[in-house]
Amino acid sequence: MRIALFVTCLADTMFPEAAKATVRLLERLGHEVVFPAGQTCCGQMHVNTGYQRDAVPLVRRHVRVFDPYDVIVAPSGSCVGSVRHQHAMVARRGGDERLAGRAESVAGRTYELSELLVDVLGVTDVGAFFPHRVTYHPTCHSLRLLRVGDRPVRLLRAVRGLDLIELPDADQCCGFGGTFAVKNADTSTAMLADKMRHVLSTGAEVCTAGDSSCLMHIGGGLSRMRAGVRTVHLAEVLASTAQGESATDHRGLVVRW
Amino acid sequence: MVTRTFLGIPATAPAGVGHLRGEESFPVAARRALGDAQLRRNLGHATTTIRAKSAGVIAEVPDWQALRAAGSAIKTDVLARLPELLEQLEARVTAAGGVVHWAADANEANAIVVDLVRATGSDRVIKVKSMVTQEIGLNEALEAAGIAPVETDLAELIVQLGEDRPSHILVPAIHRNRAEIREIFLRAMPGVDPGLTDEPVVLAAAARRFLRQTFLSTSVAVSGANFAVAQTGTLAVVESEGNGRMCLTLPQTLITVMGVEKVVPTWRDLEVFLQLLPRASTGERMNPYTSMWTGVTPGDGPQAFHLVLLDNGRSAVLADEVGRQALHCIRCSACLNVCPVYERTGGHAYGSVYPGPIGAVLSPQLTGVADNASLPYASSLCGACYDACPVKINIPELLVHLRDQVPHPRGESAAMAAAAYAMDHPALYAAAQRAARLSRLTGRRGRGLPPPLSGWTASRDLPEAPAETFRQWWAKR
Repeated sequence: MRIALFVTCLADTMFPEAAKATVRLLERLGHEVVFPAGQTCCGQMHVNTGYQRDAVPLVRRHVRVFDPYDVIVAPSGSCVGSVRHQHAMVARRGGDERLAGRAESVAGRTYELSELLVDVLGVTDVGAFFPHRVTYHPTCHSLRLLRVGDRPVRLLRAVRGLDLIELPDADQCCGFGGTFAVKNADTSTAMLADKMRHVLSTGAEVCTAGDSSCLMHIGGGLSRMRAGVRTVHLAEVLASTAQGESATDHRGLVVRW
Repeated sequence: MVTRTFLGIPATAPAGVGHLRGEESFPVAARRALGDAQLRRNLGHATTTIRAKSAGVIAEVPDWQALRAAGSAIKTDVLARLPELLEQLEARVTAAGGVVHWAADANEANAIVVDLVRATGSDRVIKVKSMVTQEIGLNEALEAAGIAPVETDLAELIVQLGEDRPSHILVPAIHRNRAEIREIFLRAMPGVDPGLTDEPVVLAAAARRFLRQTFLSTSVAVSGANFAVAQTGTLAVVESEGNGRMCLTLPQTLITVMGVEKVVPTWRDLEVFLQLLPRASTGERMNPYTSMWTGVTPGDGPQAFHLVLLDNGRSAVLADEVGRQALHCIRCSACLNVCPVYERTGGHAYGSVYPGPIGAVLSPQLTGVADNASLPYASSLCGACYDACPVKINIPELLVHLRDQVPHPRGESAAMAAAAYAMDHPALYAAAQRAARLSRLTGRRGRGLPPPLSGWTASRDLPEAPAETFRQWWAKR
């Protein structure tokens, strides 16, 4: 199958390993991945911070760039959530009904990674090997906006060598919330503290999730406390194989104040 | 009778009266609350307990989702023909011997109630727990007129005696523990036993003794209303203690203040909400005390009944096609109990009597967003509130909607516009990505990021920017 990668601006700029892993994984499963070059950002930050008008050109760009493709995948529940639940609304409020219609059409062809694998490609065993103790954090937007349900967990259970440990109070928000993490930094940090306590209680070496943004937040906190637990995107876990392609290439989180 | 309440451009709730506006922004108030370990423990314990109890009894109902859909549909219908239903309600209440008053805002409602109490000659009123009278600051208005309001809901009494403010819609004293309640009673409850302990049973008995005397010696009561049935002119109050029923049945005069959105068309509609409310709210299968009354009944209960229909910004909310779903709220507080933000900050941080997720979308609409500009941002948009809402208010959607109306800081607006411009020009975007990589050089230890980004690095390390972006890697393949 020919699959267009919607990389997301965050993965493109800060977490390219998650995006590269998505490419490697899908190619290993025998699919063709294309990267539409005109893509930038879905505009979610603008919409969720109160700048819908600024987001209109970004929605228009996203729709124009991805409209030619039948299947679109992103390694992010949140960005897919924005495409599915916000793009048409932003276009409509911006007075562009035609764009709204096209946005709805693109949204209908856009999948979060675990949705693509399980629902479209029909696989739960992707042939991965990842010999680590792992706990999975279901991000709010994959859980409650996309309703990915147990798809990520089914994928993780099929990974050779992976010891999956249930995260207590998994459905509780980690406290990221986009600009919430900055505008309400104290509350965000209090939520993060509880999430980290639960992650540490599992004894896992790796905390995985379907969103680089939440992982940046959780990983940033774990790094600050020198917890020794890594955050690794779900795509990187699923792309890892016994042949050596693994999620071990990890830069440390070193920027601290 | 239709007054100016429904004519012209709808007004928002006036400032200077009532409790819809905080003195501080949410982040500032939240910071102080987060530092209160006792508050965090009380809230964590209370919300976790209610959450589990509610989830348990909701899971028993096979048609819960259908009930939610029905509740939402009924409220949508009510809002679509509110004037007609209110006039029907007025006609039925009047026919049953009640008197209906229309109040455009908090000032008018307070003046109406004060005048009504004065006319009875009483210098004291007993009060049923009510959000709307907290919203309009009725107690302060009564006190200013020399009339003593006595809260009879146990938790509201604790709040009142403590000269405090409610911090939860359902459990207004959720921020207090029993040791604090004992101290408040000892300090402020008339005739309290000085040997009072902090045993819950002893505290409840002390409140009971005080309230019994008050019930038997007060001739006027003030209540809110959970529902009003337009079909028959029947008012309904839902409570757990029975103290509300004492107020609704013992006094000679009953004055009910009701937000205009509380009307439902028929008894069949009430049936839906009486199934939804207790399970979502207290986690009970059936509400303990559901009091209903229609006008006055000679020789039985209050012989004078006044209904004050309050707008106070509700017409302005109704005028917003997206925002109006906030008026679906039945004040169950399920969204507070599941909210990770509320659980950590408590209700006072929201400034308004309506805290938590519903407060974050209702208060700014009632006052105009500029007066509560930080509230729409008091959420991580995790969506737990939407799932929990028994009438399916899409709170995350509303938060995003209101954020779009907030007056933005100029610096932020400029940055957002610049970001959007760059993101719509791929060459600029790629340049910005390179700048992000360079920024790691400027962001090394000792050279902190400026506010607001310092909010991130206070508790979290930033990832080191990668050597190459994904698109650079892709281009080289």
